[in-house]
Amino acid sequence: MEPLLAQAHQFLLRESHLLDTWQLLEWAELFTADGEYLIPATDLPDGKAEETLHLIYDDRHRLQERAKRLLKRTAHVEYPRSRTLHTFTNVDARRGDDGIVMECAFVVYRSRRDQLDLFPGRSTYDIRLDGDAWRIRRKRSVLILETLRPQNKLSIII
Amino acid sequence: MLTSHRSGSHQDIRQFLESVIREDSKQGLFKVHRGVFTDREILRLEQELIFQHSWLYLGHNSEVARPNDFITRKVAGHPLLLTRDRDGKLHAYFNTCSHRGAMVCREPKGQRRAFYCSYHGWAYNDLGHLIDMPGRDSMAPGLIENGEMNLKEVPRLAEHHGFIFVCFDPEIPSLETYLAEAGDVLKLMSEHGPNGMEIVGGTHEYGLGANWKLIQENSADAYHTSTTHASYLEYVNARDGARPKVDPAVSAGWARDLGNGHAIIESEGAMPWGRPSARWVAGWGEAARAEIDEIREELIQRLGEKRGRFIALGDRNTLIFPNLVVNDTLAITVRTFYPADVDRVDVTGWALAPVGESASSRDRRMRNFVEFFGPAGFATPDDVEMLELCQEGYRNQTAYEWNDISRGMLKEVPAKSDELQMRVFWRQWQNMMLRNQED
Repeated sequence: MEPLLAQAHQFLLRESHLLDTWQLLEWAELFTADGEYLIPATDLPDGKAEETLHLIYDDRHRLQERAKRLLKRTAHVEYPRSRTLHTFTNVDARRGDDGIVMECAFVVYRSRRDQLDLFPGRSTYDIRLDGDAWRIRRKRSVLILETLRPQNKLSIII
Repeated sequence: MLTSHRSGSHQDIRQFLESVIREDSKQGLFKVHRGVFTDREILRLEQELIFQHSWLYLGHNSEVARPNDFITRKVAGHPLLLTRDRDGKLHAYFNTCSHRGAMVCREPKGQRRAFYCSYHGWAYNDLGHLIDMPGRDSMAPGLIENGEMNLKEVPRLAEHHGFIFVCFDPEIPSLETYLAEAGDVLKLMSEHGPNGMEIVGGTHEYGLGANWKLIQENSADAYHTSTTHASYLEYVNARDGARPKVDPAVSAGWARDLGNGHAIIESEGAMPWGRPSARWVAGWGEAARAEIDEIREELIQRLGEKRGRFIALGDRNTLIFPNLVVNDTLAITVRTFYPADVDRVDVTGWALAPVGESASSRDRRMRNFVEFFGPAGFATPDDVEMLELCQEGYRNQTAYEWNDISRGMLKEVPAKSDELQMRVFWRQWQNMMLRNQED
């Protein structure tokens, strides 16, 4: 595997591990100071966040607060916490003007009470290099779902 | 214990319906039997007696703005096709071919002058007329021309300040009469911008494992804000240093009966979040402040001091019977919800926004909307959880039969956190379930 792709795999492995082990504050630390986390509405996957209704439109502060919230007992929907498995595949990475653009397909499994939810999709990461470390300037995840009716809601970070 | 109606006879269900609400205005007591959330016979009757005899929200004018624009949407189980014809008139067709029944339109929206059934190729124009089919010669003369096989229109279609409703019952009063005082609330929603309002692209289509009526209750329930949404309030506090000026569970605002089962809870200036039109919060930064002031001034100029300020600084949750919610708080959300089963509901949420608002205002609105609302917001998922916990708890109804909805019963003006708005819903629900049965 060429070095850039190997690095991309390492980075995604680390992110998946942080999310599956509920180290959410550490996950937030993966982002740059101006980082963003976006998920468009299921019926408008190409929509721009500033113009169309999204599911998630987090600036750096909000994504950190999202992580904090999910760790509280008062985040009722995730208390008791669900069990999750973040998987990724079809990884691609290329050097862009300001850093690295990384893409992957993902499926996140979420189990809670008697229900198993699947969240398939594709993510695009704009990565900035901070010395040797990769930081996410922008993570945009498009759900490959017509609607969220079977899953009811998207309460975890994918 | 209230006898259920296990035999399912007409007499039994009637007795059950007559006793599902216990109301005592002297004692200030109001109870609803939990069987209304779990009983499939009740659901069947609701579909027949409530949804088929109420004005139901179909869409917004802005979604079918130009001639030949169309949207398809399910309303009370009916797949419908809403289109604007060549002359600008709206039509709501049952989305089914007169030949063998296949839906004649499969896309959620678009612009088209004719609709083709892809089964055998029958074609209908914007007026619903059957205009062509392959092998037309094999049909006897007159069968097509007599209009019997045109697309069928939903019996009633009406618009009120941009909100388009349909009704399957040709007999009930007009939309204006039906909406009663809720009509003015919808008018108020249409006045947020000087150029009218539009549904923003992007739809929240989600669900939950609970009875549909629990969403009606939850959508205007200020009492749950400080507990269910404690973590949301902490977020706003962390960002803006803002807290509710009064404990929302205790005393903010007021509730009003709008007639015909509709109700609203309102307050002015008491809630901690920002309003794109137009209440500034620190989290938006100083740069946004001048624009928010301008938006408020424009509202006051156009609508007068009282109404303009009330739009800008007020918050309102409106319940339109049976299943339309228009909540004007962090943004305006229009929400419908239909039962898929007695313990399953399909929820759809849209964002309503002023036409032509600045890019910065639209951006603020989009951020603000999902700060709280939607299946991945900081609040809605916890609502989903609570309603599912309620539904699960109703499995214990042999041990505990009654929900309590008594808050504010003895107050002259119940607060936002009281439960007048729910009592208004339940009385209308019971009336319709009993009255329509007699017909």
